Amino acid sequence: MNDKLMDLQFTVNGKPYELKVKPKALLLDVLREELKLTGTKSGCEVSACGACTVNIDGMAARSCSILALQANGREVTTIEGLADGDKLHPIQEAMINHGAIECGFCTPGMVMSARALLAQNPKPTREQIKTAIQGNLCADSGYTKYIEAVEIAAEKMRGGK
Amino acid sequence: MKDFGYAAPKNVGEAIGLLAGLGGQGKIIAGGQSMLVLMKQNIFAPEFLVDIKGISELDYINYDAKKGLRIGAATTHRAIEQSPIIKKHYPVLSEMEENLAVVQTRNWGTIGGNLCHGDPAGDPAVVFIALNAKLRVRGTAGEREINVEDFFKDLLEVDLNPGEILVEIQVPPVSPRTGAAHDKLMAMKGDMGIVGAAASITLNPADGTCAGARIALSNVASTPWRSRAAENVLLGKAITNELIAEAGRVASAELEPPADVEGSSKYRKEMAEVFVKRVAQKALKKAQTQG
Repeated sequence: MNDKLMDLQFTVNGKPYELKVKPKALLLDVLREELKLTGTKSGCEVSACGACTVNIDGMAARSCSILALQANGREVTTIEGLADGDKLHPIQEAMINHGAIECGFCTPGMVMSARALLAQNPKPTREQIKTAIQGNLCADSGYTKYIEAVEIAAEKMRGGK
Repeated sequence: MKDFGYAAPKNVGEAIGLLAGLGGQGKIIAGGQSMLVLMKQNIFAPEFLVDIKGISELDYINYDAKKGLRIGAATTHRAIEQSPIIKKHYPVLSEMEENLAVVQTRNWGTIGGNLCHGDPAGDPAVVFIALNAKLRVRGTAGEREINVEDFFKDLLEVDLNPGEILVEIQVPPVSPRTGAAHDKLMAMKGDMGIVGAAASITLNPADGTCAGARIALSNVASTPWRSRAAENVLLGKAITNELIAEAGRVASAELEPPADVEGSSKYRKEMAEVFVKRVAQKALKKAQTQG
């Protein structure tokens, strides 16, 4: 009785979905297993690493720590929703061109945190960028390239060079 | 994680009805940022979750100069951190929120969920104790009010009957010449913290002596800890650095903190002294510079 499937209606990357999910299904599981959107990574699964970060109604949130049913009626954006066809999002482009990516596992989460920041604050200070990605652990990079890439992307998105 | 039943009521009345029907088998989930971590490890396995995260009537921040601050229980940490009203009238709350957790958690987690989780490491409880806040709780029998400091019964246990919902946090207006501060020892900004402390100090406008002091510590006992002994050191006196040092020593002396991977009991005891001194000093400075 308690594993009865329940209705979940939400939007993922602009596309409406109607699914049946178990109450205990995490948003991360539904994105990866049901919708096959595997760009969102499953890292620590205990809300420590930030690899599973997505945007919910524009805010960065950890999909491993949210029940899928709690996303009912909401708008979820994953890393797959950022590129416009073959054209990468400026944040993705900046991270590649600036050499921010090493193994790449934390990158989708990092991009989604940066996206939420820049939507709210198009001209963040270095300190504000650090705060925005404080919940995204990277074992490789030392973070500097990520911070610089977000600065580059912010400038481009404001219509700079 | 074990399976559970789930419902997302539209309003508080419906949620209370659901909980009453479940007769103690129901557990409230708000943001779930702390609870889901326990559920994933099967430390906690509720039969049925009543999800109040989406109840909009519990999501608000109101301020009135006479009544003070009213925060709906399902208001997110992020909303409190960024609220211009809170930054203006209760800046200590906004400062506390910046260190409470990482952005993603603050975006989804709620203030009421944090309090009801009853984790002695939680930051809001000690700040609300320092600010002399009250909690408004609603159940089938009606409403009742609880002083924040009386809400915490034991580790992860709060004064909430099955079927009751925390609906609001009420913070009284701040007296003139009052300063409040919060700080915690972190290995990484936004982590749980090893020891935390909050203080609110009110000065007598006539002679500058201490007319009010409230000091509380997190993560040093099975519940948030109010140190009346430390407050008594300051009350009625002209506060000096020596007196603040004494308050730190007195607060630390009455503690027998738990030990874990983050710190031994002895280390926590020492840090409790340091952080009581630090927040009392900051609160005093703010009180002195206030009109």
